Amino acid sequence: MKIPNALLPLVGVAMLLAIWGLTVALRLVDPVLLPSPLATFRTLWEGMLSGKLGVDFLKTVMRTISSTAIAAVIAIPLGILLGSSEKLYRSVEFLIDFFRSTPASAMFPLFLVLFGVGDRTKISVAAFGAALVILFNVAYGVMNARKTRLLAAKVMGASRTRVLFDVMLLESLPQTFVGLRNGVSLALVIIVVAEMFIGSTDGLGQRVFEAQQLFDMPGMYAAIFAAGALGYTLNLLFLLIERRFVHWAGR
Amino acid sequence: MTSLASIAASPPGSFDESRRTAPHVTIRGLSKRYPDAVIYDRFDFDIPRGKLISVFGPNGCGKSTLINMIAGLVPADAGEVLFDGRPLSRVKFGYVFQNYREALFPWLPAFDNIAYPLKVMGVPKAERKQRVERLVARLGVKIDLSLYPYHLSGGQQQLVSIMRALIVEPEILFLDEPFSALDYEMTLFMRDQLQRVFMETKTTTVLVSHDLEEAVYLSDYVLLLSRHPARVVEFVPYDAPRPRTDKTLSEPGFIATKARCLKLFQQEVRRG
Repeated sequence: MKIPNALLPLVGVAMLLAIWGLTVALRLVDPVLLPSPLATFRTLWEGMLSGKLGVDFLKTVMRTISSTAIAAVIAIPLGILLGSSEKLYRSVEFLIDFFRSTPASAMFPLFLVLFGVGDRTKISVAAFGAALVILFNVAYGVMNARKTRLLAAKVMGASRTRVLFDVMLLESLPQTFVGLRNGVSLALVIIVVAEMFIGSTDGLGQRVFEAQQLFDMPGMYAAIFAAGALGYTLNLLFLLIERRFVHWAGR
Repeated sequence: MTSLASIAASPPGSFDESRRTAPHVTIRGLSKRYPDAVIYDRFDFDIPRGKLISVFGPNGCGKSTLINMIAGLVPADAGEVLFDGRPLSRVKFGYVFQNYREALFPWLPAFDNIAYPLKVMGVPKAERKQRVERLVARLGVKIDLSLYPYHLSGGQQQLVSIMRALIVEPEILFLDEPFSALDYEMTLFMRDQLQRVFMETKTTTVLVSHDLEEAVYLSDYVLLLSRHPARVVEFVPYDAPRPRTDKTLSEPGFIATKARCLKLFQQEVRRG
């Protein structure tokens, strides 16, 4: 049997669904713990279209996008500044690496004290985590600008400012997008965790948690799939933007 | 400075540029030391005007360092380089890197790459366009310049680099092993492109080459350098008429010049 290459990714999906369906049909797992694929996807579909799941989904999208946007607005200019002077970057490198390695979830209590219970806390913890990832990537993108390209601009008489804007900035774009993609993934993780545990009334994290508390297994699986689809879509979205704006990357 | 005085004395408009015989670039006392070696020690040399000279010598003798110091990419420890008595900062020059992939701007189409030095100089957009089009016509270049560099072949990219260097109408053009990253077929084609550029513009050109055949084929003079600290072993003239072609390569004059250079080169290598 010949499968067109474009359909290959579907093979794995089909296999997972087949194994899942078979497991349910043969009652290998307690049906209360594992509902059938059909039941799960019906719950997902109905929840997204008319139920609370759709509302929660949009809430999580909004929080993730806001935190990533805040992170980008702070981290990109700062990354360019730090990256344009290797000395400057080396002097704060330890701090960046230290806080980048600190699990952002460990910061929840601190941010709760600072911002109280609410959206501000969730968004600011996620922004904090994402900002460090973006900052680190932008700074490295600027520092690793091709020496020949900088020399070429210099030989043509370009001033320091011009080299920064015409060359370094563009040179750092591919790495900036790597940072943005990692940043948005991290922001989503932090937002979902925050929604679970810090007094949330909505959002995908809260939905998963609540479904578990109510032992609504189809609802829980549906919320997990919704979160997965969101993460995948955000990543894809950034990849598409990257291909459009950084058409030269890797060529 | 007698030459400048004589130029000034001649009636305006009557002076034939090609009759200027004073050296274009004077290098005096140029010194450069790297941590492990003295590359140049009080090096003196005059670069003739309107000629294409090739710099050739043993590996690591500082061929590229020489043009990089002249073009200001690498600071010299001591010494002076003057262009008709002026410092580099007052001279328009072009520089072509060996690594065209890293020297061009991949985010700009070829056309904008060529026009970039004019943008730096503050030339208005309409005039930039005009000047690039004029250069394209003059050199008879047949490349789709709306393409991005990564869509061009290596030779085409290097040709774009050369045009970017020429767009400011430089009084001197430096090329650092411009063809050594190209395959042989493309190298042969590009040699002829460079020759054409030179015949068309008569710009003083300094070419660093590691290929003796190429060095002799293209040059009016081959500057043979010794092992470091580099001295001038010999400044070998080669005056076959242009355009030189494949036939040139089998002419006795070419063979004799190349043999002479090779002999001197090998003597230098053996001195160790």
